[in-house]
Amino acid sequence: MAERSFKEEVEKLKLGDGAEFHGEGILAVTKALLQSGVSYVAGYQGAPISHLMDVLADANEILEGLGVHFENSASEATAAATLAASVNYPLRGAVTFKSTVGTNVASDALANLASGGVTGGALVIIGEDYGEGSSIMQERVHAFAMKSQMWLLDPRPNLPSIVKAVETGFELSEASNTPVMLMLRIRACHVYGRFTTKANKRPEFTLVDALENPRRDLNRIAMPPMTYVHEKDKWEHRWPQAVKYIEDQRLNEFFDGEASDIGIVLQGGLYNTTIRALMLNGLADAYGDSKIPLYVMNVTYPLVDKEFVRFCAGKKAILIVEEGQPDYIEQAVNTILRRADIQTKIHGKDMLPMAGEYTGGVVREGIRKFTAKTRPDLIPAGAPPSDLAPFKLRENKAALSVSTEVHGRPPSFCTGCPERPIFAAMKLVERELGTHHVSADIGCHLFSIFPPFNVGATTMGYGLGAAGASALNVKAGKRAISMMGDGGFWHNGLTSGVGNAVFNKSDNVLIIVDNGYSAATGGQDIPSSFHPHASRGTQHSIEMAVRGVGVTWAKTISNTYDVALMRDTLKEALTTKEKGPKVIIAHSECMLNKQRRIRPLWRKAADRGERVVRERFGVDADTCTGDHSCIRLSGCPSLTIAPNPDPLRREPITKVINSCVGCGLCGEVSHAAVLCPSFYRASLITNPTGWDRFKDRVRLAVIGFFQRRIERKLATA
Amino acid sequence: METTAQRPITIAILAMGGEGGGVLAEWIIDVAEHAGYIAQMTSVPGVAQRTGATNYYVELFPKHGAKANSPAPVLGLTPMPGDVDIVIASELMEAGRAVQRGLVTPDRTTFIVSTNRVYSMTERIAMADGRVDSAALLEGCKSAAKRIIHGDMAQLAEATGSVISAVLFGALAGSKALPMQRMAFEAAIHRGGVGVKASIAAFGAGFASAEGGPVPVKAEPPVVSHISRALAPLMAEAGSYAEPARMFVRAGVERLADYQDVAYARDYLDRVKAIAEIDRRHSNGSGMLLAETARELALGMAYEDTVRVAELKVRPARFERVRAEVQAADGQIVEIAEFLHPRVQEIADTLPAGLGRWLLNTGWARRFVERFTKSGRIVKTSTIRGFLQLYFIASLKPTRRRSLRFANEQAFLREWLGTIQAVAATNYALATEIATTRTLVKGYSDTHERGRRNYDMLMQMLPRIMETPDPAATLAGLRKAALADDTGLALNIAIKDMRPLPQAAE
Repeated sequence: MAERSFKEEVEKLKLGDGAEFHGEGILAVTKALLQSGVSYVAGYQGAPISHLMDVLADANEILEGLGVHFENSASEATAAATLAASVNYPLRGAVTFKSTVGTNVASDALANLASGGVTGGALVIIGEDYGEGSSIMQERVHAFAMKSQMWLLDPRPNLPSIVKAVETGFELSEASNTPVMLMLRIRACHVYGRFTTKANKRPEFTLVDALENPRRDLNRIAMPPMTYVHEKDKWEHRWPQAVKYIEDQRLNEFFDGEASDIGIVLQGGLYNTTIRALMLNGLADAYGDSKIPLYVMNVTYPLVDKEFVRFCAGKKAILIVEEGQPDYIEQAVNTILRRADIQTKIHGKDMLPMAGEYTGGVVREGIRKFTAKTRPDLIPAGAPPSDLAPFKLRENKAALSVSTEVHGRPPSFCTGCPERPIFAAMKLVERELGTHHVSADIGCHLFSIFPPFNVGATTMGYGLGAAGASALNVKAGKRAISMMGDGGFWHNGLTSGVGNAVFNKSDNVLIIVDNGYSAATGGQDIPSSFHPHASRGTQHSIEMAVRGVGVTWAKTISNTYDVALMRDTLKEALTTKEKGPKVIIAHSECMLNKQRRIRPLWRKAADRGERVVRERFGVDADTCTGDHSCIRLSGCPSLTIAPNPDPLRREPITKVINSCVGCGLCGEVSHAAVLCPSFYRASLITNPTGWDRFKDRVRLAVIGFFQRRIERKLATA
Repeated sequence: METTAQRPITIAILAMGGEGGGVLAEWIIDVAEHAGYIAQMTSVPGVAQRTGATNYYVELFPKHGAKANSPAPVLGLTPMPGDVDIVIASELMEAGRAVQRGLVTPDRTTFIVSTNRVYSMTERIAMADGRVDSAALLEGCKSAAKRIIHGDMAQLAEATGSVISAVLFGALAGSKALPMQRMAFEAAIHRGGVGVKASIAAFGAGFASAEGGPVPVKAEPPVVSHISRALAPLMAEAGSYAEPARMFVRAGVERLADYQDVAYARDYLDRVKAIAEIDRRHSNGSGMLLAETARELALGMAYEDTVRVAELKVRPARFERVRAEVQAADGQIVEIAEFLHPRVQEIADTLPAGLGRWLLNTGWARRFVERFTKSGRIVKTSTIRGFLQLYFIASLKPTRRRSLRFANEQAFLREWLGTIQAVAATNYALATEIATTRTLVKGYSDTHERGRRNYDMLMQMLPRIMETPDPAATLAGLRKAALADDTGLALNIAIKDMRPLPQAAE
């Protein structure tokens, strides 16, 4: 069960010819796949295409009705290898994952796929998670396209262009026997817009046809000597065929402008930002009518030499708006023009920054510089020398005055997260056994690297937490601790981490965080998800899997909130004399998903008049001394601070706000760490039973008697 | 070509994960589309949805203004500094972030700010007070915007039983920054169909706050305390001190009478009187030595022992406070459980001094008691059994003056007051800092021991501190370092960096 439900929105996927679709970019991509007669879809979730996977999962009925098969792949490598179905059969297939981390994992399969080439259209939809809010190292998918010679689409970020890119992507793939990548930046994935739909198309050739009439073609298998032929084929046939298709179908777009002696070349995905930047420089209107001619590359690889030669004819200078580094396109354009002996001056990274997201402000400044240098007459009279100046921090007094008061807000564990107590226990073990080398992994648990826990030294990739500690496998006074999520475990960690540790006789400790979902990507199901699933095989035990590859010391803790047990188990793992890897499986359901699951049930039960108990924690303000040790061992969003009501004290008190879900960690921590007596747990009973009410009356009578005595004493003191 | 005539209305929303920023953006889209606008929205959630800062960006373009035969307008995907018409921030630090990013500009931006604070991790994990300056943030916001609408929208949301996004939507409507009428906004909420009644109420509160200008800050109800006849003369004496001390002395007298008895409050006043004499003799006119000593002395005398904790937990007012805090409705039953972890130390502290020392120093006895104090206890105060346990401990109050802890605390305070008195004669400012430094000793168990250790260390270093150019500032700096982390790292560095007064040139 994913975090966001698209059950209602997927109805839009049924729209027929000429209807208007309103919705998110991701949903439009799904609709475009169905309009293109896709046979199968697969992928691995991750921002910004998690929602694409969620849409597909929620649309499974519609997909099945059209004869489209959808797989939740085990990893991006699996997803990419799925495209093998399009090698021999005229099947259109699409896979999706986040880039560049997903493409890294997929690149073995992609290289093989690109070597042999495809018969049916093969589309790789890449969610380019770059710039603001990004969670990955800043690399470019462009490099993967170049190294494997796969074509790269980077359409203008509006729904009609994105939908068209999906459709032409399949055609380009078939025309050139080459898999095609469609790159969508994060804001394009989430953009809300509209387009005119076409009816969905059932695939003409089906997966059943393929299974029942198998075909093979030795020439398409990536194995010498065929690979030598593939290499030649790429240069002699597939590339020219692709270029011809791109030119014939006018996939790239040219927009004329009055200043014909200069021009701007841009990646399609940066079109809207570039137009706005031109507009604010007085060089375009809101409809994209620009004074400077534009060459919009909806295909950023391969480059079409002839189009560059044509665009640069009669131009003294062009500006290349190319996001990310290194500047692959700018370098290539230099080569193209040099070879054609064209003297047009090429600007790009000299006027725009080499690195970082090309946001509006950045592009506006770059275009202003370019225009000032090449056609200063175009700049409207009276325009300030630099529009950006007032907004630069050092010149903006308001911004300066707040800057010391604004803290970063790195992501952190959610309210009641079951992973928090694992790190609280680690901090307690640290007090007794000292610090250890901790190899972190990708997943929510990576938030441990930030305050308040400050735990974790490296992260080498999804599922590679244990692998990241492999070298630290020598006799020493301390063992290394590695982290791994259940998502990473099934992605590859079982072999790369656990199997590897068994085989290399590692003595290190591995904590597998088993929260029942691929939580960080939006709560998708995985093989060890707790609940039965109609169309997926779930409820497979992680402990059995690690024992299956040879681990003998494996312990499952079924309640991570038991901090004392967690602490003692970790201590044992770090000190036991037993040889071989020590694996602790910390198993409690992701609280975000749990709340989503149980809250509606509670509400319904309460409405039916059933007894419902909700627990939450609180802090007594008059015994809290404002040291905040409890927060340092937790960091829960509902455990915060408030002004001290005591006129004698200055430190803010700790306060539990009503978003508390009563996970119990606060009580466990104050016990395990012997903190303070200020925490209390309140159980709120809705629809109490007769017995509840009877007990309550008796208690009130007795307690009330003593409390009245207290009040009398206080009054006379 | 006319380039300034037509431009979209640009709106940036800065929120935190889970605050409904997306719902707010969807309402805006809906209200705009129904009013004949082409609307585009985009967002960057990513991992930011896990409690981090997140933002939404909306552009609206009038359909009727569209050029004939022209394609759709090209709408932007990122807010551009200097080009944002409306910025909505659901929290004060996020508002500051918008200003910092240059999104709020005085020539253009209507700035809708909720002034409530969701404290950052840095602020929350501080060992004392790590909060940023809210007033400075709000000032920065005001000076950055063309027009600002601000108020505690979170409080309005709570008051109307809804979410902050609905209040902000109301404030947006009330700001008149968009050309649609109030009815059109409300219709969007109705079309949304989720929690309509509460959302409409919250919307109304937001609308009113925008129309009425800045919302007045809710005044805390004054604490009405009952002063008994026995205490009245003491309170009168406390009232005779001048500010800034008066407030603290009055609070101190009340606290200590409540903590122990009127006689204990009398002890306090006598000690304050002695300090007042010293302050008068050496004062620089500020009265800060008296104020700080009076404040810290009250806290030091009302140290948190098991008896005090038990007493506070069984009071009727506390039961009511818990009910209010968990927002219990009529007919709902609230059960309360405490998480207590008394150790041998705390038990010995409560015993008469001689017996307490014996317990701590006698191996077998200590080990015997330790067997029962290994793990924490959960005491259900709302049950008769749990209540009576705490009630019994609270009833030990009359024995407190004979307890081991009392003897230790009084000795500690005597020494502290002695140091203040001795230093005040030569360095008033340093004496004041010494008074304040007692604040390090707070909390329970490890926290208390660590604080005491740091305090002792600083007091032992006084001779060295006095050799620095500005001893008061040096001590203040060291105290700050002691509160910078709980490992003592910052304090050690600060001590190493301490430089004595340079010797006079020969």
